[in-house]
Amino acid sequence: MLRAALSLLALPLAGAAEEPTQKPESPGEPPPGLELFRWQWHEVEAPYLVALWILVASLAKIVFHLSRKVTSLVPESCLLILLGLVLGGIVLAVAKKAEYQLEPGTFFLFLLPPIVLDSGYFMPSRLFFDNLGAILTYAVVGTLWNAFTTGAALWGLQQAGLVAPRVQAGLLDFLLFGSLISAVDPVAVLAVFEEVHVNETLFIIVFGESLLNDAVTVVLYKVCNSFVEMGSANVQATDYLKGVASLFVVSLGGAAVGLVFAFLLALTTRFTKRVRIIEPLLVFLLAYAAYLTAEMASLSAILAVTMCGLGCKKYVEANISHKSRTTVKYTMKTLASCAETVIFMLLGISAVDSSKWAWDSGLVLGTLIFILFFRALGVVLQTWVLNQFRLVPLDKIDQVVMSYGGLRGAVAFALVILLDRTKVPAKDYFVATTIVVVFFTVIVQGLTIKPLVKWLKVKRSEHHKPTLNQELHEHTFDHILAAVEDVVGHHGYHYWRDRWEQFDKKYLSQLLMRRSAYRIRDQIWDVYYRLNIRDAISFVDQGGHVLSSTGLTLPSMPSRNSVAETSVTNLLRESGSGACLDLQVIDTVRSGRDREDAVMHHLLCGGLYKPRRRYKASCSRHFISEDAQERQDKEVFQQNMKRRLESFKSTKHNICFTKSKPRPRKTGRRKDGVANAEATNGKHRGLGFQDTAAVILTVESEEEEEESDSSETEKEDDEGIIFVARATSEVLQEGKVSGSLEVCPSPRIIPPSPTCAEKELPWKSGQGDLAVYVSSETTKIVPVDMQTGWNQSISSLESLASPPCNQAPILTCLPPHPRGTEEPQVPLHLPSDPRSSFAFPPSLAKAGRSRSESSADLPQQQELQPLMGHKDHTHLSPGTATSHWCIQFNRGSRL
Amino acid sequence: MGSRASTLLRDEELEEIKKETGFSHSQITRLYSRFTSLDKGENGTLREDQVNFRGFMRTLAHFRPIEDNEKSKDVNGPEPLNSRSNKLHFAFRLYDLDKDEKISRDELLQVLRMMVGVNISDEQLGSIADRTIQEADQDGDSAISFTEFVKVLEKVDVEQKMSIRFLH
Repeated sequence: MLRAALSLLALPLAGAAEEPTQKPESPGEPPPGLELFRWQWHEVEAPYLVALWILVASLAKIVFHLSRKVTSLVPESCLLILLGLVLGGIVLAVAKKAEYQLEPGTFFLFLLPPIVLDSGYFMPSRLFFDNLGAILTYAVVGTLWNAFTTGAALWGLQQAGLVAPRVQAGLLDFLLFGSLISAVDPVAVLAVFEEVHVNETLFIIVFGESLLNDAVTVVLYKVCNSFVEMGSANVQATDYLKGVASLFVVSLGGAAVGLVFAFLLALTTRFTKRVRIIEPLLVFLLAYAAYLTAEMASLSAILAVTMCGLGCKKYVEANISHKSRTTVKYTMKTLASCAETVIFMLLGISAVDSSKWAWDSGLVLGTLIFILFFRALGVVLQTWVLNQFRLVPLDKIDQVVMSYGGLRGAVAFALVILLDRTKVPAKDYFVATTIVVVFFTVIVQGLTIKPLVKWLKVKRSEHHKPTLNQELHEHTFDHILAAVEDVVGHHGYHYWRDRWEQFDKKYLSQLLMRRSAYRIRDQIWDVYYRLNIRDAISFVDQGGHVLSSTGLTLPSMPSRNSVAETSVTNLLRESGSGACLDLQVIDTVRSGRDREDAVMHHLLCGGLYKPRRRYKASCSRHFISEDAQERQDKEVFQQNMKRRLESFKSTKHNICFTKSKPRPRKTGRRKDGVANAEATNGKHRGLGFQDTAAVILTVESEEEEEESDSSETEKEDDEGIIFVARATSEVLQEGKVSGSLEVCPSPRIIPPSPTCAEKELPWKSGQGDLAVYVSSETTKIVPVDMQTGWNQSISSLESLASPPCNQAPILTCLPPHPRGTEEPQVPLHLPSDPRSSFAFPPSLAKAGRSRSESSADLPQQQELQPLMGHKDHTHLSPGTATSHWCIQFNRGSRL
Repeated sequence: MGSRASTLLRDEELEEIKKETGFSHSQITRLYSRFTSLDKGENGTLREDQVNFRGFMRTLAHFRPIEDNEKSKDVNGPEPLNSRSNKLHFAFRLYDLDKDEKISRDELLQVLRMMVGVNISDEQLGSIADRTIQEADQDGDSAISFTEFVKVLEKVDVEQKMSIRFLH
C-alpha cells in the first residue's frame, strides 16, 4: 500500500522528467502570431525541478509519518533511500536514462552545509567539550586507522586473488578508496541516532566523531588522490611529510576559519537592534560564508561550519531578538531536514544508474567485512586507551554501539563520484562498492541498531525537565571541582573551563554581546526565566483563564469581583482595535464621572488586557511588529502566572490562613513606599487603595526615538514609555507636588514636547503636570496590574530607601565564612561585589528580561533615584512583566 | 620534592590514609608534595583552619571517582568518602553556612550572589532563591534539608559531576 502511494507521488515527477525531452521540438517552427498561451518550461526548469524534488521529499516524509508503526521500526533515512530507489527506477524506465543524480557539487555546496550548520549550532556545547578528548581521538586516530587498515586489507585481498583481476588497482588506489569509505558520515549518523535516543555521552561521541573526522577524510582523500594522480613512482618522501602537514593545516585552518566567522557573526548581531528582520539572515549568510571560504581555501569546510555554529551560538542567541531566535531555529531545522531528505532520496536514485556500476563480489564483500571489523577493532583499541584517562569509562555496550553506529553515507558517495576515471581505473568498482556499503550501513545497520540498543539495554537518554535546583547545584559542582583541581594542583579540564569562563565573561562577552544582553546574561537566571515561561504556558494550556483565577477573589480586591467579566471584555473588543480607554475620555471635563472613569480604568487595568492600537510599522516590510494577539497572550500569561503562583504557594505550604495577614502589612508598606516617593517634597500622604495605579501609555514620537538613539539606551522598537498616572481627584490635590516633581528629573527624561496623548489625558488636561517619565518612543497603551505596580514600588523602595534592611546581612556575610576544617579552600571564590546588593534594582530587574533590549543607562537611573517608586512602572511593559511578576510574588511572601 | 614528601610521610600514616580515602600510594605521595607546597608556614597545616594532611586528603577523597570494583562492594563496611551521599553532603555543607543541616533562604542567597556575579539584581536573586526553595521544599519550612537536597538531585549524575581525575 505504501508502495502504491509512493508511486502515485512519483507520477508528477515522472511527468516533469518527460517534459524537457518533448519540449525542444516546439521552438523549431515559427510562432503563428500572438500566442495566447505560452509554455515556457525551459525558463523555469531548473528551479522548478528543485522545488519539485523538495516537495516530493517532503510529501514522502508526510506519508511515512502517517503510520507510526512504520517510522518507529524503520528509520526515515532507510525509507527515503528506498523511495529514491523506486523513483530512480521510474525515471529510468520513463526517460530511458538515469537523471537527477546526486551531484557532488550540489551535495557539497548546497545540501551538506545546512545539515552541518544545524548540528554545529545546536550541538550541546558543554557535552561536546566534556567529551572532546574522546571525540578527537575517534575522529582522528579512528579515521586514520580505518582508512589505512581497510585500504591495506583490500589490497591484501587482491594480492590473495580474491578480487577479480579486472579490478585494476594498486595499493594507492585501495588506500584512496579506504580513505573515502572509512569516514563515518554525519548525515547518516544523525538521521539514525536521533531516532534511537541513546544516552548523551554515547551520542555526542559518535556524532562528534562523524563531524570532526571530515578534516581527516578530506586530507586523506586529497593526499591519496594526488598520489594516485602523480603515480606511485613519483611520490617523494617530502610528499608524505606534506601530507601529514596538510592534515594540520586543513583541520586547524578549517576550525580557524569557522571561529573567525563566528566572531564576525557575533559582532555583527550586536549591532542589529534596528534591523531585527535581517538577524536570521545574518546567521545563515555568515555561516555559509564560512563554509564557502573554507572550501575555497580547500580547508575542512565541515569543521569550519561546525566551529562557526558552536562558537557563535552563545553570543548570537543573546544578541538577537526572541523572534529571530525562533526563526533561526526553525529555518535551520527545516533546511537541514530538507537537505537530509533530498540527500537520501538522491542516494537511492543514484544507485539505480547501472552505467556507473561495475560489480565485483569479492571487493564488495571484502569491503563490507573489513569496514565492520576494523571499525570494531579500532573502537575497542581506542576505548581501551581512552579509558585510562576517562573519568567515566566507556563500557563494553557503549563500544558495541559505537562500532555498530559507524554509518557511511553520502559524503563517501560524493567523494567516490568525484574520482577521475582516467586516473583511477577501478572507479566503477569503487562506486558500486561504496553504494553497497552506504546502503548496507544505512539500511541494515540503521534498521537493526534500534533493536540492538534495546536488547543490549544501552542507557537511554532520559528526558526530564530541568529544575532550578539541578541547574544551580550543578553550577556549584562545577565551581567546586574547579577549586579542587586548583587545590590538588592538577590543572585539568575543570580548571581550564573555569579559566575560559572567566575570560569569556571578562572580555569576549563584553565585546560580543550587547550591553543590555551582557548585563542579564546568567545561566541560572536563564533557567529561572525559562521555567517561569514554561509554567505559564502549561497553565494556559490547562485552560487557565485570567479572570477566573484565584487572584481576583482576594479579599483585598473586592471591587474586581463585581466586574462582569465577559461583557466588559466584549465591550472593549467591540469598541474597535484602536480603542483605548484613556483616549475615550479625552474631551470630558474633570468631574465625578471622570473620577469614576479613572477608577474603572485602573480596575480594568488590573484585571484585563485589551486590544491595542499600533501606530507604527504596520505597513513596513522591514519591521515585524509584534503580533497583537501574541502580546495579549503574554499579558495573560503574566497575570495568570502571578496568581497561579500565589495560589500554588499557599496551597503547597498550607498557609492560606496567613494570606490575609501580609496584605494589610503590604498596604502599610505601600503607603510607606508612596510616602517615600514623595519624600522629596516633604509631603506625606496616605493613599487609598484605588487611588493610584500605573498606566503605561505609549505614544510614538520621532524626536524621542532620535533621542533614545543618541543616548544609546538600547530600546527595542516596540518599547513603550510609561506614564504614571493617578486618579483625577488625587491629581487635583497633588498638583503642586507633581509640578515640583517634574523639575527633578534630568532633561533627557522630560519629553521634549508634550505628545498628543499626554495633552489629551484627562488628568493631564487640567494640570498638565504629573509625575511623567518619557524615556523612549512609544506605540501603545498597556495596562498594568495594579498590584504589580504597588509591589514594584514597594520592593524597589525597600531596597532603595532603606538599604540597610537588605544590605546589612549581606554585607556582613560577604567575607567568606570559616567553614570548618574540611574545606581547605572556599571553592566559590568568585568576586562578590557588595555594590550589587544595592544597585538599582529596577534597572537590573528590568534587565532580567531575556529579550530585553531596553535598559536605561545607569546615570539615568541615578537621576531618577528619588522617583524610583514610579520609575519602576517604566518597566512594566509586557515583556518585562514576565520577569517581574514572579519577583513581585516572591517579595510578597517575604513581607 | 616528591622524595622529600615521601620521606616525611610515615608509612603507617600512609597506610591509614590509603585505607580511609581509597587513594593509591602514588596518589597520596603526589598529593603530599602538593600539600607541602601549599603549606607556606611549613607546620604541617594549611591556613588558620589548621587543616592537616589527613583532613586535606579526607576532603579530596570526596572527589575521587567511584571505581567499578567499589560499586559492587558490600554495603556493610563503612561508607567510602566518595560515595554519592558523601559527595552530596559535601556540596550541601557549602550552602549550609551555619551548619544547622538546612539551607535557608539567606544562605542560598549568599551562595547565589557569589555565583552569578554582579549582573543580577537582588530582586532577581531573591526570586531565584525563593523558587529554588519552593521547588525543593517538601515539608514547608522554607528551607532545604539534606533529604530534600538529595531528592532534587536524584536525577543528576552526581557520581560523575562531583568527581575529578586524580593523576596516578
